[in-house]
Amino acid sequence: MKERIIVVGNGMVGHKFIEGLLNSEWAENYEIVTFAEESRLAYDRVKLSSYFSGSTAEDLMLTSETEYQARGVRYLLNEKVTAIDPATNTVTTHTGHTETYDKLVLATGSYPFVPPIPGKDQPHCLVYRTIEDLEAITASARESETGVVVGGGLLGLEAANALQNLGLKTHVVEFAPRLMAVQLDEGGGELLRRMIEDLGVGVHTGKNTAEIVAGEESRYRMNFADGTHLETDMIVFSAGIRPQDELGRQCGLQLGERGGIAINNACQTSVDNIYAIGECALWDNKIFGLVAPGYQMAKVALAHIVGESAEFVGADMSTKLKLLGVDVASIGDAQARTPGAQCYTYSDGVARIYKRLVVSADGKKLLGAVLVGEAEAYGTLQQICVNDMDLPEAPEQFILPAIDGEAAPGMGVDALPEGAQICSCFDVTKGDICCSVQGGAVSIGDIKAETKASTGCGGCAALVKQVMDSELTKLGVEVNNNLCEHFAYSRAELADIVRVKKIKTFDELLDSHGTGLGCEICKPTVGSILASFWNEYILEEQHAGLQDTNDIYLGNMQKDGTYSVVPRVAGGEITPDKLIVLGEVAKEFDLYTKITGGQRIDLFGAQMHELPAIWKRLIDAGFETGHAYGKSLRTVKSCVGSTWCRYGVQDSVGMAIGLENRYKGLRAPHKIKFGVSGCTRECAEAQSKDIGVIATENGWNLYVCGNGGMRPRHADLFATDLDDETLIKYIDRLLMFYIRTGDRLQRTSVWLENLEGGLDYLREVVIEDKLGLAEELENDMAENIGNYQCEWKTTIEDPEKLKRFRHFVNSDESDSNLVYMNERGQPRPATEEERVKIIEAVEVAS
Amino acid sequence: MTTSNAALAESVPEQSGEWMTVCAMNDLVPGTGLCALVNQQQVAIFYSHRLDELFAIGNYDPIGKANVMSRGIIGSVGERVVVASPLYKEHYDLRTGECLESEEHSVPVYPVRCADGQVQIQI
Repeated sequence: MKERIIVVGNGMVGHKFIEGLLNSEWAENYEIVTFAEESRLAYDRVKLSSYFSGSTAEDLMLTSETEYQARGVRYLLNEKVTAIDPATNTVTTHTGHTETYDKLVLATGSYPFVPPIPGKDQPHCLVYRTIEDLEAITASARESETGVVVGGGLLGLEAANALQNLGLKTHVVEFAPRLMAVQLDEGGGELLRRMIEDLGVGVHTGKNTAEIVAGEESRYRMNFADGTHLETDMIVFSAGIRPQDELGRQCGLQLGERGGIAINNACQTSVDNIYAIGECALWDNKIFGLVAPGYQMAKVALAHIVGESAEFVGADMSTKLKLLGVDVASIGDAQARTPGAQCYTYSDGVARIYKRLVVSADGKKLLGAVLVGEAEAYGTLQQICVNDMDLPEAPEQFILPAIDGEAAPGMGVDALPEGAQICSCFDVTKGDICCSVQGGAVSIGDIKAETKASTGCGGCAALVKQVMDSELTKLGVEVNNNLCEHFAYSRAELADIVRVKKIKTFDELLDSHGTGLGCEICKPTVGSILASFWNEYILEEQHAGLQDTNDIYLGNMQKDGTYSVVPRVAGGEITPDKLIVLGEVAKEFDLYTKITGGQRIDLFGAQMHELPAIWKRLIDAGFETGHAYGKSLRTVKSCVGSTWCRYGVQDSVGMAIGLENRYKGLRAPHKIKFGVSGCTRECAEAQSKDIGVIATENGWNLYVCGNGGMRPRHADLFATDLDDETLIKYIDRLLMFYIRTGDRLQRTSVWLENLEGGLDYLREVVIEDKLGLAEELENDMAENIGNYQCEWKTTIEDPEKLKRFRHFVNSDESDSNLVYMNERGQPRPATEEERVKIIEAVEVAS
Repeated sequence: MTTSNAALAESVPEQSGEWMTVCAMNDLVPGTGLCALVNQQQVAIFYSHRLDELFAIGNYDPIGKANVMSRGIIGSVGERVVVASPLYKEHYDLRTGECLESEEHSVPVYPVRCADGQVQIQI
């Protein structure tokens, strides 16, 4: 008989508990039932604000009904548990549904605290917690010009960011004398205020709202206790959270004085078979309003239920985040409340950086830190603090700016204990990362795939890399990214050399930077780099020998040595006349035809000597090469868009054709695919492409670094509501940056995963032009585009080049080894068996 | 320019015949190969401009089972001069015909030279 566990609340923590149990060896022993008050299963509340920058409720989901069904979890949506009877182990919902349990887990979370201000219950006075709340905020913003967020803490500033993104003139009203009063000291709060004001957000600290009344210019007027006032059309309350402990109160569980369901170190409440985890739980008189401690509680409660030993002993509340584009981090005792604490402070009003270290009276231990404006030291400092490690001499080096290229000081990750938690989002320890390196991981991409470290908030990326590098060194694994034995450089380094030294041939590069004769790795790589920057005809005498199997005859070699031919069909749009030509050519040369995934037509089985004649026909009909053979732009897939579709909001086909024609022939570290969808229904599957463009009412959303194929990766939303010009500018920059820095045969998806700083860094480079490269990247792209030529047109116009396109240099015969069978009305290569039979038959006959 | 392949003398026993002209030197694009039909045999001929040397091997890829070797990229692995099969990229030593990745596979090698601007093969 299975034990029944009821989980009340299907938020992030409740789901974590369920997921943990399902993935454990004890899954078989339990039946799980969960009640969700909301209309959907668990979603990522931490990333809630991304809803305003284009993510959908779907994107935020942590699980799905299908998954729960498949794994046997019974769930009830829109079902609020209103009563627990510990005597009979029964819960009752608001609809009267009852259910009994063996173990009960309360993961009811918290609710937003709304200060008791007269007038707070009017329309357009909202809170910020659920997807429904965000929908209400969006609706209200449509009828508003100004918006106020009450609360200048973490969530409040996030809400302010959202209001600004919705186009409102935004204000933040805070009761405390500074922003983020819990996490920051005065200096940090003051700088954060200045930076946020610079972004156009009004900041009003030390304001106690007395009442909300009808406004004169706007919908409402907020009157403050000090006699001042502020007018606004809408208000979002984000003044902290309160534990959702109503159920505990109803059934007589022990609560804290100011609320919260009291739990012990095993996360048990005052009734043994009832547990409480997450924001509804009170441990040591503390509520933990972050997700990581909630996850820890879920783990501990689970362990206790199945009879393992684990304890919750408090949690580190350090945080690092980007608020309205400003890096902010707080660690440990940020406000130096520990008796005898001393401080190091660095403040740069010009560059807008504030950093403070709080150290113990004897100066040996780090008690806390505040970082505003620049927070790269966060990972190191947080580890020193949490693991109670000794500070190095001169700890001020952690907050002083690096002098002339000197590397930022590290703490020496060797000093960290094995159990040190490096990634708090996924609870990955130093030991886990080392293990993964011992198992063969050599890149950040490997570590991410294996441990999930650094795939949540990404705050630990730098530290993960340090741990990985240190372990690799220990194992004596030399991290060698040399391209091959002929070049002691990575692809990115060679690209720099070629570009800066204006090297135009492989021989020149081999003479100056390589050894030996080259090989099938470095030759095509360098050929591709030369093509990316100078874009000369790839079959010029000095480049021909560099080209890989497909490039060298401008076709895709198939298993029998014949080629497939793929003319460009930009955006997948093709006229009937051109379709007819493709059919005629295929018929004439007896080619197998197939529609490709990239919305064009592939003609298979062309022998090398037939290629020029085939292409002559195609080019005369107005086709050009499709570069299906190159590590280059392949296709821009599109849906039919607003021209025909009832739902389309932009001309996706027009955009797709424009993009395909702009980037056709662009050679890169690997192939590049685009997709353009005319509305959010996303029929072009743009989010599985290197570059995905999705139409919005106001322009285009740009998604980057997606991939289908062997290692699917959902593209990341990069920028929203772009006009045509900005969209193209960003794509120019991003692709050129990829071409400069990508590794050999590295798709954009893996490139991004290995890019230090990840998506944020990519945005800084491409959108904010942090490296001052934007103009150069655009110019490089313009030059490449300016030098475009259809390689097949150039080839068939040059009799010298055509000489290579024959099977024998000294005979007009063709390859006698080719044998075809007929299948479903088309030719296909004979199998080995069929070939032997046919050849025997021919011999017998002769 | 140097002509035939010195190392070949030992590995290829008893050459039957005459030198046969198959094409002009300038038919060969430096650093690439081409295929000639000699006595009904498909022969892949390569010219390394960096070594100023000609190489000739069988055009049939014994692993990929297709007549494609002349379309491979030539280069070096350590001291050995090689061609990589265009199908699955195994390396074949251009002087001995050995497959570096798979001992049991090899391709025939043929003496080749340049005489009066013409490429000649013995088969």
